[in-house]
Amino acid sequence: MTSHWCDFQNTDVILHCGSNSVENHPVSSKWLEKAHEQGARWIVVDPRYTRTAEMADVYCPIRSGTDIAFYGGMYRYIIENLIEPNRAKYLAGEEVPEYNFEYLLNYTNASYLLDPEFEFDPATGLFSGFDEQNKTYSNHSWHYQVESESTWDTSESGAYAWAAGEGVPEFTPPVVEHPKRDMTLSDPMCVYQQFKAHYDRYDIETVCSICGMDEKTLELVYSTYTSTAAVGKAGMVLYALGQTQHTYGAQNTRAMCIMQLLLGNIGVAGGGVNALRGEPNVQGATDMGMMVNEHPAYLKWPNTSDRSSLRAWLESQTYSDGYYTNKPKFLVSSLKEWFGQAATVENDYGYDWWPKVPKKPDYTMISSFELMQQGVIKGYFNWGMNPAHSAPNAGNVRRSMANLDWLVVADWVETESASFWKAPDMNPADIDTTVYFLPAALIYEKPGIILNSGRWMQYRYQAVDPWDQAKPDYEICDLLWREICRLYKEEGGANPDPILNTKWDYYVDGKIDPRPVAWALNGYRTGDSDFSQGKVDLLKGYSELGADGSTACAMWIYSGFWNNNDAPLDASKQPIGRRNNEDRSGIGLYSDWAFSWPSNRRILYNRASADLAGKPWNPEKKLVEWTGDAWNQIDQADFVAAKDGAAVPPDDKAFFMLWEQGARLESYGMEDGPLPEFFEPFESPVDSNPLNGAVSSPLARFTDYASVKKGDSADYPIIATTYSVTEHWQTGGQSRSCPALVEAMPDQFVEMSVELAAEKGIANGDKVRVFNNRGSVVVPALVTKRIKPFTVHGETVHQIGMTHHYSWAGVFGTRDTVNDLTPNVGDPNTQVPEYKAFLVEVEKA
Amino acid sequence: MNVTRRGFLKASGVAAASVVALDLTSKSKAFAAEPQNDWKLENTKEYTNICCYCAGGCGLLCSVRDGELINLEGDPDHPINQGGLCPKGATMSQLRNIVDPETHEMVKNPDRKTKPMVRRPGASEWEEISWEDAVKEIARNVKDTRDASFVESEDGLVVNRCNGIASLGGSQQNSEEEYLILKMMRSLGIVAIDNQARV
Repeated sequence: MTSHWCDFQNTDVILHCGSNSVENHPVSSKWLEKAHEQGARWIVVDPRYTRTAEMADVYCPIRSGTDIAFYGGMYRYIIENLIEPNRAKYLAGEEVPEYNFEYLLNYTNASYLLDPEFEFDPATGLFSGFDEQNKTYSNHSWHYQVESESTWDTSESGAYAWAAGEGVPEFTPPVVEHPKRDMTLSDPMCVYQQFKAHYDRYDIETVCSICGMDEKTLELVYSTYTSTAAVGKAGMVLYALGQTQHTYGAQNTRAMCIMQLLLGNIGVAGGGVNALRGEPNVQGATDMGMMVNEHPAYLKWPNTSDRSSLRAWLESQTYSDGYYTNKPKFLVSSLKEWFGQAATVENDYGYDWWPKVPKKPDYTMISSFELMQQGVIKGYFNWGMNPAHSAPNAGNVRRSMANLDWLVVADWVETESASFWKAPDMNPADIDTTVYFLPAALIYEKPGIILNSGRWMQYRYQAVDPWDQAKPDYEICDLLWREICRLYKEEGGANPDPILNTKWDYYVDGKIDPRPVAWALNGYRTGDSDFSQGKVDLLKGYSELGADGSTACAMWIYSGFWNNNDAPLDASKQPIGRRNNEDRSGIGLYSDWAFSWPSNRRILYNRASADLAGKPWNPEKKLVEWTGDAWNQIDQADFVAAKDGAAVPPDDKAFFMLWEQGARLESYGMEDGPLPEFFEPFESPVDSNPLNGAVSSPLARFTDYASVKKGDSADYPIIATTYSVTEHWQTGGQSRSCPALVEAMPDQFVEMSVELAAEKGIANGDKVRVFNNRGSVVVPALVTKRIKPFTVHGETVHQIGMTHHYSWAGVFGTRDTVNDLTPNVGDPNTQVPEYKAFLVEVEKA
Repeated sequence: MNVTRRGFLKASGVAAASVVALDLTSKSKAFAAEPQNDWKLENTKEYTNICCYCAGGCGLLCSVRDGELINLEGDPDHPINQGGLCPKGATMSQLRNIVDPETHEMVKNPDRKTKPMVRRPGASEWEEISWEDAVKEIARNVKDTRDASFVESEDGLVVNRCNGIASLGGSQQNSEEEYLILKMMRSLGIVAIDNQARV
């Protein structure tokens, strides 16, 4: 999230959309209650009256998968009620306290002129640049018009002298484009005018008809939340998988960013776009780039197209302006840490030893099961993840896994994936896969670093030894790696160079140890470091990184979390180990507790918390302030506050992680369109879309896989979604092994409205069969008033919800796997599956 | 008692709580007010940790006596949870130890698997296997699959890619482990790498 858990207390209006934190992030929710007690208003928009809704002031039901219609309606409401009535007044120099024009004009791209070819056609639902054959977009026409260009000064005295330095790989620096702007927001091609025209279709009546909402309630939501557009007010949106698990999940997330930018809510205390993440270290795994196309720290992994060589990478990835002009330093330092002394400028620092991701086939999770069926993927590692239960179309997953030669599962309990061959629908005799189960140590049986959803890096101290033969994952990795290296050294084989040149020297007293890995993550000077001798010269932070091989760093964004050279083996003496819980800021920044990446910043984009002159919008909750000759940094500045020892006076560069340094209402970076446009889910009970001519997203991924077996609304008229309960966690491997939790929540359930239950003759507690083309599960019914039927385009539509914590494995297994029903289709930007809206039929079992 | 413990942790850091802690706590006023043999945390060492469920990052105190975890509770000094825990966090010690309903003794959680196991092709049951043999067999499988599916160059471009192996997961591990998993997989040439962030 751009904010952090303790910042929730600072908000004026809370908006939950696609999250249920009182149920699923219960302890952190008390920070919301604190805001509420101080007078904040609390809104919940959700298909179901959740535990969070119970706490809120306003509850607005929404049909699953219609969020973009909801947000689009809010944009229109903001334009109609706040921007248009006041724009001329603001431009004439009058005060407009109810809307923050200064933020919109200076910190976003509202004033930038778009390419004259930019276009959207409501008849087809398509933007300009669509390639019908490949079902992809060219984003050429989504870029800005260019006013002027400039180039990097790489001369000896220039700002970019480093780029031409010795040891720096050769590359041609990007040209800096200065976009054309219209600060009156009246040019028809400016982002604001295109945006306004785009969302003109999203009137309240249409939105309500799509979302199944009541107009009065929706107006109350809009008027309450948009009250945070006032200068000095803050609104906070909290989301989770209810937003991301859709075939347009990334556009849902963009939609929230846009809403927050229009309201001036990003970068301020009590604001932000806040993902409530559900896995203990999923923040860390995302940071680590443990995904097909990603490289650690939000860089891109090599591929066969625009990143096919080190030079190509540097030229396609380095930004022309802003902080990402430093990407060559981050990448070269990463290569130096990866390959150590084997990485030299002559061999492109080992770049070609890294595998290159091909254009086709797709290797992301959903596609990986297709590749197992095709016999391409033959070996599989599962590290604490359980796809035979958690992946969509889980029956298809199990059948695909049966084609593997071997599977390795490292976990605490026997998961459904470890025992997929024992599933009720599988015959072990037919399955030739060799499966290894490696017992892993529990979290308090090993030391290490973990990140929470607010980007705090915290340290876990080992309390007890692993029980019996269990081992920490770091030790498991080391055992496997050393044996693999031994085989390649002794026997040779397919190109052993990438393996044998990999630096793997994370030992203390001859034993694998996570602390030297922490050095690698923080970064060090290569000249004075030799891990094999226990020697390291840690960097103070990422500003010390070079692109010339003099520094090594696996994770530039973390740099500074472990930088104390006086005690490199003692976590408690590093910034990550700090335990001072005094709140110097008075607004809960807790800057002396642990470490928050990047550079201990607690609230990202905090430059936007102050006006152009550096004066905080809200003096009660200030983060940074220009005092006339320097920046007073209550939070660590997320902008260039000083250069070469001199303070840098305020300017309009509030978002310096983008080359244009202003945030994007319109973005050319998305695969499926520069503005969020409403589409129905892949499986929808509705066969028309009043907003455009395409019903579902034309760019939804994997819809042509035979295994998907799309369901028709005539056969499967009921919308289904999945969710969690507070007593259980994910596929339940952990929580189902704890007796107290099983006692508290002994089974899964299908939650349905009183109306649907009556229609189907189902009573509370009855066993119900829920089915579609992909699978069939029997679960007990929970008939509640928390779910109500929706009226969509004048018709009644039913929705049900299912928990997904139980399956056949473990002592308290109950056999049926709810994810047998979910569709293996995904978002074109993230390939995240659409778990949160699909079709089923239900009947009494 | 609480006040003293908090004061102690603040003063000394946590990595090596233990000995000094006992000295201080045993002299504390709050402690003296309780019958000594009734206090379940007597003679324990405390270690801080972070919860293994949602990404709230709540702090924990693990109390250890004679090398065994005997109590786990919220860390009162932690800014986020301030000592509180949800039902899952509060029962986290059960991942290791549970109370036997018959004997009321603390026993190891029987649902947890703590020995390496292998399931052979066509078999309907697991077999135990030593760590040494498991590591040898897995490494051999990795090498065989990699050697058979490795593409060194493609259309004249060096790609160094192993098409035959996939790796899934990482959000449960600590960050150092995430790096080691990633480094191992990528250096083998694997691109089919994903974790819970993909769902």
